[in-house]
Amino acid sequence: MLNISGIQEGFVLDHIKAGASLSIYHYLKLDQLDCCVAIIKNARSKKMGKKDMIKVECPIDKLDLDILGFIDHNITVNIIKGEQIVEKRRLRLPKEIKNVIRCKNPRCISSIEQELDQIFILTDEDKEVYRCKYCEEKYERK
Amino acid sequence: MRHLMSPLDLSVEELDKLLTLANDIEKNPKKYAHACDGKKLATCFYEPSTRTRLSFESAMLNLGGSVIGFSSADSSSAAKGESVSDTIRVISCFADICAMRHPKEGAPLVASQKSSIPVINAGDGGHQHPTQTLTDLLTIRSLKGHLDNLKIGLCGDLKFGRTVHSLINALIRYPNVEFVLISPKELRVPEYIREDVLVANNIPFTEVERLEDAITDLDILYMTRVQKERFFNEEDYVRMKDFYILDKAKMALAREDMLVLHPLPRVNEISVEVDDDPRAVYFKQVQYGVYVRMALILTLLEIEV
Repeated sequence: MLNISGIQEGFVLDHIKAGASLSIYHYLKLDQLDCCVAIIKNARSKKMGKKDMIKVECPIDKLDLDILGFIDHNITVNIIKGEQIVEKRRLRLPKEIKNVIRCKNPRCISSIEQELDQIFILTDEDKEVYRCKYCEEKYERK
Repeated sequence: MRHLMSPLDLSVEELDKLLTLANDIEKNPKKYAHACDGKKLATCFYEPSTRTRLSFESAMLNLGGSVIGFSSADSSSAAKGESVSDTIRVISCFADICAMRHPKEGAPLVASQKSSIPVINAGDGGHQHPTQTLTDLLTIRSLKGHLDNLKIGLCGDLKFGRTVHSLINALIRYPNVEFVLISPKELRVPEYIREDVLVANNIPFTEVERLEDAITDLDILYMTRVQKERFFNEEDYVRMKDFYILDKAKMALAREDMLVLHPLPRVNEISVEVDDDPRAVYFKQVQYGVYVRMALILTLLEIEV
């Protein structure tokens, strides 16, 4: 078992689907943080078989939980203080996401209008459907 | 300030009020002849659409207002690369209300976010065309007397026809409405209409391939054009095209009180021999389009007569 030393203050993203940690690293812009970040790939998990984890040593307020909820709302967020888990935060699908994904509909105004925010609205929570605010095209996750 | 982007922007009650106003305009046109004196409508049409633009212009002129605008992107500053957001800010200084048609879906919504005057979506690509739906609803309600308890046949290209999708979305809000979807299998309604709208709301519907099989017990027949280029091969087109041409023989199978609607332009899907049948109301529908646009302009400008 690989051991990564504990963190004093920060957060651990647990139960990330195996192989998804690097894209989350980029989505969350963790590369722009000037703090210690550990990515653990393919850790053994009773629940998932294999999972990824990300440990970050910085306050939670630097994290955009909305984006994380959109990427995978099954991820667990453990908030750490004094090397102890002080809070487990559940993620929800955000009602709206801004400038995270782009509309792929070539007929959408967002494909040509300058400096227009790319906004997607959650239209069906059960089916996890997001639609472009402008053309209402469904966002297809790969 | 309100805009109109989709027919569903209006609640059933608001829609009812709007259609009642349109009927009052129809009966008492003189009463409204100066309701918009001194007001200007800007018709910002980034792609040509003669009927819709002239209908809006006619509506504003009937109300005593005046009209400015452009009828293609070439004759607007869009040709110089101006954004929709900037154009509407400029138009807001010139006019009191704007009707916008744009080939890009969502363009009128972008305009409405930056506008200081009401914006009406006059058609945005294959997305929405709310004033056509309002026209259809006014036609049905005026000539049938109600929007509930109807069996509606939708015939032709149900896959790409945005007027059909909008009409379904608008009519499912009324009780006891049933649809018969008449189309070749290549042009059936998309899955998001069948599953997310009809099935999800428990709306009864059937899908058939031949108009003759469905026409006998319809209250409304809404015809649309089946374009040759939508078919995968010539053979299928030749085999099926006559299924979707409404003629006297097919009309003979229909009820005495069935109404035939069409968003126009008609090409050959309704034979001209049907035009004199009192059940053919597609030209009356155009007139209702003017009344409903007049009612919409008054409503959005908050003018009470």
